[in-house]
Amino acid sequence: MTREETLNELKTVIAPYTTNKEMLNSINDETDLIRDLKINSANLVDIIIDAEAKYEIEIDYDSADKMINVGSCLDVITEKLNQK
Amino acid sequence: MHNEILNHLPYKSSFRFVDNISALDEDGVTGEYTLREGAFFYEDHFVGNPVTPGVIITEIMAQIGLVVLGIFLILKDGELNISEDAAMYPLLASTEVSFHKMVLPGQKVTVISKKQYFRFGKLKCYVEMVDSSGDIVAKGMFSGIVKRVDIKNG
Repeated sequence: MTREETLNELKTVIAPYTTNKEMLNSINDETDLIRDLKINSANLVDIIIDAEAKYEIEIDYDSADKMINVGSCLDVITEKLNQK
Repeated sequence: MHNEILNHLPYKSSFRFVDNISALDEDGVTGEYTLREGAFFYEDHFVGNPVTPGVIITEIMAQIGLVVLGIFLILKDGELNISEDAAMYPLLASTEVSFHKMVLPGQKVTVISKKQYFRFGKLKCYVEMVDSSGDIVAKGMFSGIVKRVDIKNG
């Protein structure tokens, strides 16, 4: 799966947790989930759990800690997919 | 038998809404609270017609359903190494509650909470409140985070 394909899938994972649909459509590696998409920090946990289910991966505490912007989310997901 | 956990609750006097924990394990908690006739909110909600406010119902559900269970889960996790005098500060993350029946001064309510998940410090539970006749008062999904502050280490 290319990074762009993963990004498009990630958008569908994030969508239920942000009301800023315009920003969601134009997200890039630098987009900060809390600051830019106005997602509360507790909902980041839901996004991680949803991502685990979607990609059938397991995200550990240290990896979850890194997932603050879109780029780092893609890095973690790609890394876990490659480990499968 | 589970009531020692009440010592860890940061609420005092007029804002502590847990009397007793009757069941508690990793998957859920059941607890009771009796609404005090003289509680501060009855004087104004409503004048001459005291009814327990929805926010207080929600708070009772959150204190028993999330905070008690959250503190239990944290204390149980030996790896976290919590000292006895560490203070626990619960932060409510989200609630989605529906209300079905009024609660009047002096009534006893029972809160039953079932854990959905506890991960990365976030606890999510399905919580129900019933009155003494077993009727549903309120139900909904609650989530929150418990922040630990170790007094010894600042």
